[in-house]
Amino acid sequence: MTTTPAPGLAPVRERLANGVTLLVKETRAQPAVTISATMSAGSVCDPPGAEGLAHLLSRLLDRGAGTRTAEEVADILDLRGVSPLISVTRHATIVTCDCLAEDVETVLETVCDMLRAPRCSEQEIDTRRGQLLTQLRQDEDTPSTRALEAVMMLLYGEDHPYGRRPKGSAATVEGIDRRQLLDFHAAWFAPDRLTLVLVGDIGVSVAVAAVTRVCGEWASLGTPTPALPPPPAQTRRRLVIPMPAKAQADIVYGFTTILRSDPAFHAYWIMNNVLGQYGIGGRVGRSIRERQGMAYYAGSMFEAGHIAGPLLVRAGVNADNVDRAIAAIDTEVAGMARDGVTDEELTSAKQYLVGSIPRSLETNEGIARFLQTTEQFDLGLDYDRRLPGLVQSVTADAVTEAARRTLVTEHAAIVIAGPYEES
Amino acid sequence: MRAVSSEAPTRDGALPVPRSAVLDNGLKVLIEEAHTAPLVSVWCWYRVGSKDESPGLTGASHWVEHMNFKGTAGIPAEEFKELIDRFGGFWNGYTWIDQTTYVETATKDALDQMLFMEAERMDRCLYDAEACESERTVIISELQGGENDPDQLLDIEVTATAFKAHAYRHPTIGWIGDLRAMSRDELYGHYRRHYTPANATLVIVGDVDADDALRQAERRFGAIAAGTEPPRGRTSEPEQTGERRLEIVRAGTTGYLKVAYHAPAATDPDFAPMLVLDAALTGAKGLNLWASFRGPAPQRRARLYRALVDGGHAAAVSGAFVATTHPFLFMVSATARDGTPLDVLRDATLTELDDVRANSLRDTEVERAKRQLRARLVLENDSITNIGHQIGFFETVAGAGVLQALPGRIAAVGPDDVARVAARYLRASNRTAGWFQPA
Repeated sequence: MTTTPAPGLAPVRERLANGVTLLVKETRAQPAVTISATMSAGSVCDPPGAEGLAHLLSRLLDRGAGTRTAEEVADILDLRGVSPLISVTRHATIVTCDCLAEDVETVLETVCDMLRAPRCSEQEIDTRRGQLLTQLRQDEDTPSTRALEAVMMLLYGEDHPYGRRPKGSAATVEGIDRRQLLDFHAAWFAPDRLTLVLVGDIGVSVAVAAVTRVCGEWASLGTPTPALPPPPAQTRRRLVIPMPAKAQADIVYGFTTILRSDPAFHAYWIMNNVLGQYGIGGRVGRSIRERQGMAYYAGSMFEAGHIAGPLLVRAGVNADNVDRAIAAIDTEVAGMARDGVTDEELTSAKQYLVGSIPRSLETNEGIARFLQTTEQFDLGLDYDRRLPGLVQSVTADAVTEAARRTLVTEHAAIVIAGPYEES
Repeated sequence: MRAVSSEAPTRDGALPVPRSAVLDNGLKVLIEEAHTAPLVSVWCWYRVGSKDESPGLTGASHWVEHMNFKGTAGIPAEEFKELIDRFGGFWNGYTWIDQTTYVETATKDALDQMLFMEAERMDRCLYDAEACESERTVIISELQGGENDPDQLLDIEVTATAFKAHAYRHPTIGWIGDLRAMSRDELYGHYRRHYTPANATLVIVGDVDADDALRQAERRFGAIAAGTEPPRGRTSEPEQTGERRLEIVRAGTTGYLKVAYHAPAATDPDFAPMLVLDAALTGAKGLNLWASFRGPAPQRRARLYRALVDGGHAAAVSGAFVATTHPFLFMVSATARDGTPLDVLRDATLTELDDVRANSLRDTEVERAKRQLRARLVLENDSITNIGHQIGFFETVAGAGVLQALPGRIAAVGPDDVARVAARYLRASNRTAGWFQPA
């Protein structure tokens, strides 16, 4: 019997003369296309004292661009049922939108205009600043957000770009003016920092021609990405943010981990799955939710990045159960660092992670997200095909080593936000 | 099998037309072949939601949903939540006012495992007393997590104020007193009454052969006893006779406003014009509850966005109008911009809504809303999980054929239809306005 190896995604990658990176994957399941644009300009680029700049700029991108007013941009997108999802991470500003295939060239042109030449009119700055300030006020009233932001501050330090609040504070956002927005844009928004991914009902040659037409004339050079210091050495710290009017407390219990380029990445991926994801929250979820009935959500997330990213165990519990929940997390974390994972856990986690690959690549949006990651971390155009083998090759010893390296309870940063007081 | 649709279905437009069969015990099975990826999605739907709960048992449907992940006669509790993970799969469940549903999506070799799980769940859940107690605190934690969000708190209060008779008035998660008092036997009784083949719809979408999938479904579900039709509440909501207002004053940082109007059910001829009206006011969300969380609606040109957000009163505005079995609500939500007094936001919102009621919308607004809805109907059906949701959701809350008829119903909506529903539903005497005032 002969078998044909799965061809995988096999996207086409082009680099335009001005430095724009383009990845195209044609799918025909629907008459629709996902456009994903990642500009390597995130909150780490905010100048000290102007935190929130990247976030405020992101809210202005679709409020007038190039030759079009805010109303004209809105007309183009709204009429086509398109609602760009614009987000800012620490390293990038990301614009994603789904559109009908018949509208792709018009929408693509609009997205490129937004990234290349946002108008940032004073009137729009005022309105969007008001929205961002309201969002900051809502965040201040949200225990889970408070706890997450505080744990990043504890892990990385309040002056580190990972430790600062990504959306800034009311004071810094109030202080940002149009000149700073335009300077930020000129410094960081450049074709050589842009990765465009098109997935869907569009031919490769059509996509390349369209992107060349709408982006090809854009010529400027971006500022090199700033080098970030590694996280400082860790000691066990605990911070309580009292929010007495809230009904429940959010706990975040975190560590710093590794770079995405670290060869141990896939061992960490498996470790995190066993610790806080498999089933309903892995070992942490089994203990806190299933056995002890303390929380609706309990689990962990892991994000390796351009510097050592965080692994965060999280749970939402009644204030009376905070100490018991933290003790449970200590037990699970220490147990994994001491004993590693069982063969059964390793096999199950591998089955899950390998088996989930086709599901994560089912939709245009999923494929676009995957291709953006492969490009941002230089994982190669065949990463989807190599990934199952990379996961399967991880040994129990490698997972145990990852746990011993990272899951050190004496290094944990712990934040509790909610109706809880330190006894 | 009692009835099987005679022919392979023909597709008209973007929406699926699944193969349909009814097993001898009354279980309806809907199968849609989709061979775009080596995956299959199974949804099992029950016509039971919080509207089917009696006083004292509020939250029972949702709690039953939780218990139905806690082990069956054939699947130990500690394995239940991990069976699908072995196939790289995704699983979940949710409960709302009209429906409870469970989903698994995984590689196609997991199909029989999924069907086994769902058949077990329909007929052989354990309801171990200790597990019920443990889950009581999990659910109270879920309720308290929701109360941390002023917007959710306000939503519950506005809904409870808008309805005084119909069971849509109580929250799906239930009232805290009922959650503390409900017994294991009451939960089990609710499960037994509502989890019967004739009260369920099984949906299979993905890389399957429809005939083969139907055979597998019959093998797993065919032996389950038919059961009897569960009791249904008969209380309908009387016409509201005057505007209702409520205020919540609590610690917080941000003001929130919600304005709710009683609105038509999914099968009402006014449903499609109302969808268009909502889209014109707040942007088209489409019709997929499951996919609607992914991103904001296209709303920059929407009437309320322009008046409230661009007008500087609100940081955000949204609308909610969802297909339901009985008449529910069209709800507008707005977040006060920092520094804007709530009464200014409330007056601006009501002024705009009253203006739409009196003067309706421009033809261009209606056309843009319809075009948005056309696009969203395509974009929200981009995965077998989403397609499976739509097939089962509409079958459960509205009945066969309603989903497939919607594009035509929306296309047929004209400016006069929108004017008619605006005049009929956006009356002050039909609305409840509530706000969260941060102390």
